[in-house]
Amino acid sequence: MLPHWLQLMLDSLGPLLWAALVFTAPLTLLSFVLGLTLGLVVALIRLFAAWPFTAIVRFYVWIIRGTPLLVQLFLIFYGLPSVGIVLDAFPAALIGFTLNVGAYSSEIIRAVIASVPKGQWEAAYSIGMNWPQAMRRTILPQAARVAVPPLSNTFISLVKDTSLAAAITVPEMFQAAQRIVATTYEPLILYIEAALIYLALSSILSTLQVRLEERLNRYGGFLEARS
Amino acid sequence: MIELTDIEKRFGDNLVLQGVSVRIAEGGVTALVGPSGGGKSTLLRCINLLEIPTSGMVRIGDEALTFHPGQKVGWASVQKLRRQTGMVFQNFQLFPHRTAIENIMEGLTTVLKWPQERARERALSLLEKVGLAHKADAWPATLSGGQQQRVAIARALAPSPRVLLCDEPTSALDPELSGEVVDVLSQLAREGTTMVMATHDLRLASKIASEVVFLEAGVVVETGPAAEVFGNPQRERTKRFITTLTQK
Ligand SMILES: Nc1ncnc2c1ncn2[C@@H]1O[C@H](COP(=O)(O)OP(=O)(O)OP(=O)(O)O)[C@@H](O)[C@H]1O
Ligand SMILES: [Mg+2]
Repeated sequence: MLPHWLQLMLDSLGPLLWAALVFTAPLTLLSFVLGLTLGLVVALIRLFAAWPFTAIVRFYVWIIRGTPLLVQLFLIFYGLPSVGIVLDAFPAALIGFTLNVGAYSSEIIRAVIASVPKGQWEAAYSIGMNWPQAMRRTILPQAARVAVPPLSNTFISLVKDTSLAAAITVPEMFQAAQRIVATTYEPLILYIEAALIYLALSSILSTLQVRLEERLNRYGGFLEARS
Repeated sequence: MIELTDIEKRFGDNLVLQGVSVRIAEGGVTALVGPSGGGKSTLLRCINLLEIPTSGMVRIGDEALTFHPGQKVGWASVQKLRRQTGMVFQNFQLFPHRTAIENIMEGLTTVLKWPQERARERALSLLEKVGLAHKADAWPATLSGGQQQRVAIARALAPSPRVLLCDEPTSALDPELSGEVVDVLSQLAREGTTMVMATHDLRLASKIASEVVFLEAGVVVETGPAAEVFGNPQRERTKRFITTLTQK
């Protein structure tokens, strides 16, 4: 006979992991991929585009970074219907997290692109590349390596932040825990269990991050730093 | 023939090149010498348009481009001219995320759209030429400065440019390592590679240059065959400069 708390944890593990698989994981992965794409576009605009465009994206980054994620999610899900835009919970969360990742990652991407030495652009041009070729073949691969640690942090934060989607009715893992609490009246046990699952996910991702960094480090970084 | 006509270059209010006209015959090595800040690098970079001249004309072979103040030049024409050139930088500027051979193949596959295999063959033969065939798969960070610069020379030569531009190719290297780079460059000179080289290294210049252009404060002070300019400079200014360098 298992102790009560362990039995409860084991019984609820299935529903929690299922919710993680069906909602938390897709929400995280989709909003990260879309957010990174958005972040790259925003970063390129901030670095290279003309005035009105840079002003627009700076405004966007300012809004997103200056307001709480939970408030943004509420605005999208509960606020937009007032102006006739009604979204399901999952797409609303996806949009919210994508906009969020886009703003934060654009700052990271902008910084790492700018950190590639100017001489690398010149070397690329000197062998006849045009701007897109230089960007794609020479600058971005080097910037990507530097971007791995900060973007991994963004990703790990995102996994945990998806629990906020519970507040706009997305049945992701944390909401699954809440629902079990509603019938069992065991908040301590269930929320500890949810916390442990998030902890496990973050730890696995941190390990993967270290692996990835080691792999990307094999060529030893910018040459200028050492010569 | 490479022809620079009345090249003027300003950085803001700073007039860095003032009406520089130089004609460079193909098949020889032209050394750009002169005191620091004289405009050697800028002139060199005006040839491959890493710097766009404020005014003047640049001609390389059949390709020519004329510049006027405040007038933009199109990307396509810049690239057409630039593809006549290869450049070797003072601090090598190899692509750190590509191996030695990939560095050399890059321009062939990405720009000229050669198939991988053909590019690899060409890159390997160039690596052999600079004595680094055994380092084909090495990461740049694992190579010595001299080896990096030799790979950089091979990379610049890969698309068979009409002229190889070198900006202080040995000055980031200690004398021992610069020797191997000088050897490669002299070999290229003997083979008739057209080169324009900015350098402080009179040993390098006198060893491989056929022509010398002495540049000071953005003006060509003296120009002529290397033996004459180094052996018997006509201008007082050139004489003094060469004396100070040989005393060091
Ligand atoms: N990108 C730039 N922006 C502003 N000024 C520049 C720039 N590049 C060069 N200059 C100025 O142009 C002048 C000539 O510089 P340049 O590098 O061509 O001289 P140099 O003869 O190559 O000198 P050195 O022997 O030290 O390499 C200098 O006064 C320099 O400060
Ligand atoms: Mg210079």
